[in-house]
Amino acid sequence: MATQKEVVFAGFGGQGVMTAGQLLAYTAMEEGKQVIWIPSYGPEMRGGTANCTVVVSDNRIGSPVINTPQSACIFNRPSLDRFGATIKKGGLLLINSSLIDITSERDDITEVLVPCNDIASKVGSARVANMVMLAAYVAATDIVSFKTLKKMLTEKLGSRKKELLEINYKAFDEGRKLGKKIADKG
Amino acid sequence: MAKKLMKGNEALGEAAIAAGALNYFAYPITPQSEVAEYLCWRLPQVGGNFVQAESEVAVGNMLFGAAATGKRIFTTSSSPGISLMQEAISYMAGAHLPVVLINIMRGGPGLGGILPAQSDYFQAVKGGGHGDYRLVVLAPASVQEAVDLMIESFDIAERYLTPVMIIGDGMIGQMMESVEFPKKYRQQNDPSKSDWALTGAKGRSARVVKSLFLDGKKLEDNCLKLEAKYVEIRKNEVKYELYKVSNKNKVLITAYGTMARICQTAIDELEEEKISVGLMRPISLYPFPEKEMFKEANKPNILAILDIEMSTGQMVEDVERVTKSIKPIEFFGHTGGIVPTPEEVKDKVYEMLKKFKKDKKKS
Amino acid sequence: MSSNPNTIFKRPESLSDNITHYCPGCTHGVIHRLVAESLDELGLRERAVGVAPVGCSVLIYNYFNCDFMEAAHGRAPALATGFKRTRPDMIVFTYQGDGDLASIGMGEIVHAANRGEKFTTIFVNNAIYGMTGGQKAPTTMPLQKTSTSPAGRDVTKAGFPIRMAELLATLKTPSFIARGAVHTPMHIVQTKKLIKKAFRLQNENKCFSLVEVLSTCPTNWGIDPNGSLQWVTDNMQPYYPLGVYKDPEKKNGEES
Ligand SMILES: Cc1ncc(C[n+]2csc(CCOP(=O)(O)OP(=O)(O)O)c2C)c(N)n1
Ligand code: SF4
Repeated sequence: MATQKEVVFAGFGGQGVMTAGQLLAYTAMEEGKQVIWIPSYGPEMRGGTANCTVVVSDNRIGSPVINTPQSACIFNRPSLDRFGATIKKGGLLLINSSLIDITSERDDITEVLVPCNDIASKVGSARVANMVMLAAYVAATDIVSFKTLKKMLTEKLGSRKKELLEINYKAFDEGRKLGKKIADKG
Repeated sequence: MAKKLMKGNEALGEAAIAAGALNYFAYPITPQSEVAEYLCWRLPQVGGNFVQAESEVAVGNMLFGAAATGKRIFTTSSSPGISLMQEAISYMAGAHLPVVLINIMRGGPGLGGILPAQSDYFQAVKGGGHGDYRLVVLAPASVQEAVDLMIESFDIAERYLTPVMIIGDGMIGQMMESVEFPKKYRQQNDPSKSDWALTGAKGRSARVVKSLFLDGKKLEDNCLKLEAKYVEIRKNEVKYELYKVSNKNKVLITAYGTMARICQTAIDELEEEKISVGLMRPISLYPFPEKEMFKEANKPNILAILDIEMSTGQMVEDVERVTKSIKPIEFFGHTGGIVPTPEEVKDKVYEMLKKFKKDKKKS
Repeated sequence: MSSNPNTIFKRPESLSDNITHYCPGCTHGVIHRLVAESLDELGLRERAVGVAPVGCSVLIYNYFNCDFMEAAHGRAPALATGFKRTRPDMIVFTYQGDGDLASIGMGEIVHAANRGEKFTTIFVNNAIYGMTGGQKAPTTMPLQKTSTSPAGRDVTKAGFPIRMAELLATLKTPSFIARGAVHTPMHIVQTKKLIKKAFRLQNENKCFSLVEVLSTCPTNWGIDPNGSLQWVTDNMQPYYPLGVYKDPEKKNGEES
């Protein structure tokens, strides 16, 4: 059981939460792990929020529905309201502090503020906020290696989009720094 | 082919192509519209055909027409759409036509909702249309299994000249998992040697594909011919999986599709607490694993059976039927898109262990 | 009802004060309002029963303040027939999208119109399936890209877009059939007149009435709200001419 890792990505439609989750899933699969990516597809999508869950394991995965995930990457306030309380005790919560000015007020989990949009704008495009978050999560949990992550990103984006790739790499670097701090502490 | 990460709905589409089924008819409906959105560009690449029909009534009857050619054909839909196809399904069964239908189930009745459910068990297994017919019904629990069953279902449909239905809840369609497809894709079949397909009456007597038999005796003969196939199907096509089944099991869980995976998580966690529970997962819902389930239920240590579904209880009636009530049966389920959690399954097991231990003392 | 003499604009009594779930820039809401104003002005609200379609406007009953029922996909005209025949004293209307009415519900609408059922249909043509995520509709424009026609509608395989108003106007049974639009204030005013007339004719027990309204779907067209209004002008209006196609109060061939 200890080998299974679960994470929820949640935010507005358009913030790239689904893409971030998929990239993680591709990467984990590339490293030979079992993986499930499952989106929310209910009527709540009309309200503009979107979320997906990624489960990564060394063994066969049982339930694809995770009601109390170990970790969550939260991109907007409504998602914090929805998922903040569901994270497992001792779990990890990454909050996009560029858009969310509150915290979960839980003392039984590790909470990290990641100013995703600010960092993304700094490295060149607000659109890579999701990659900052993903990198922070990956660095904090070691769920996959950055080498494979970069490889999969390059594969998905196509190496022709050099500029965009560079911005994404920078987003990874910045997110990674933040995530590493947590890993070192924990 | 290497492993691919794919959404269940898209993987089903690709699996059909791998099986050499290149003719697809469908009408959009959540949560399976991605199959059409995938196949509308993928099929033309391999010389296939996709028609977006005007309704599921039309889809069913386009399948009827296409099936008479002897080529491999299929559709995908979700609950309300499958209801509209019942007319054609009944006709195709009566006319002995092979066809594959996928139902990515959502909650009903009526317009219901779009979230995952398993509430079309009765419709699929007990015959949603009129007349004495059965469908072969298969229920995958993962994207890979959905792909494998999809490919096999065309063989089954052709072997018995019968409609085959695959039912999966909305999660099977929506989730992405890694899948592998066969290295070699099948060519589209050539029905020219077929002894039933309509290929033109050149050098042979004319054929008719039909389900009308006005003479009572002839109609009964047709129904007996169908029944004879179902006997063979019940003999040859039973599929199921056992998980952590042993002589130590106190409770036997019965569940199918995604629900069974959720139960596996509960069983793993119960095992850590030294509570032994086994799972019997029917993969073929028709033919139902009758003898096999009875055998598991009859093991001396089993105190009771727990059936779990994403419905208010449908398969449980078959569980009762085939275990002949040798053990007490309890049911737990949610529906409408609410998915029972491993915690709820565990709680139900605790409750049952208490109850049936007490009962044992009493007796 | 406010009697403040300074009030120049208020919510029609026939609309509830619930916030709609429609996407920004979607014109379903405008069409709702025109229907509600017509019911108000003709004093029909308390006798009105709406039939909701399956489509983005499936939740229309949350936004109206009159009785409503919800049909299966495409079947609203059959429900309306059943209801109206059983209670001819009531005012019955269906509100249907193009997938609902022109695809799966083609049979029901043609036969209801042909029998001259005395109810009113508001037909919202946005050239796409909105609710299910942007698949091709029978009304999708030639070469228009949708999720099931990623290379654009191929008229050699999918045929040309169906002009429902024209098609229904060929039926011999008397009826009121018109097409309006809501992409400019002028068109909104004109369409309001059509919808009000449709309800008036029903109230006078005259005939079947249907108003097709060209509408937008910025979300699935992938065009911003303003651009979507322009898209109606540039692409839809030339193919779907606005006007009255059949009118029991005009003799055949008379201009309207
Ligand atoms: C029998 C059946 N088939 C399919 C569906 C799925 N479905 C829901 S709405 C819809 C089409 C919606 O498009 P339209 O009528 O054009 O209305 P819009 O959403 O664009 O307003 C479809 C296909 C359904 N609910 N029932
Ligand atoms: S999807 Fe299209 S039709 Fe539906 S509410 Fe949004 S804009 Fe309107």
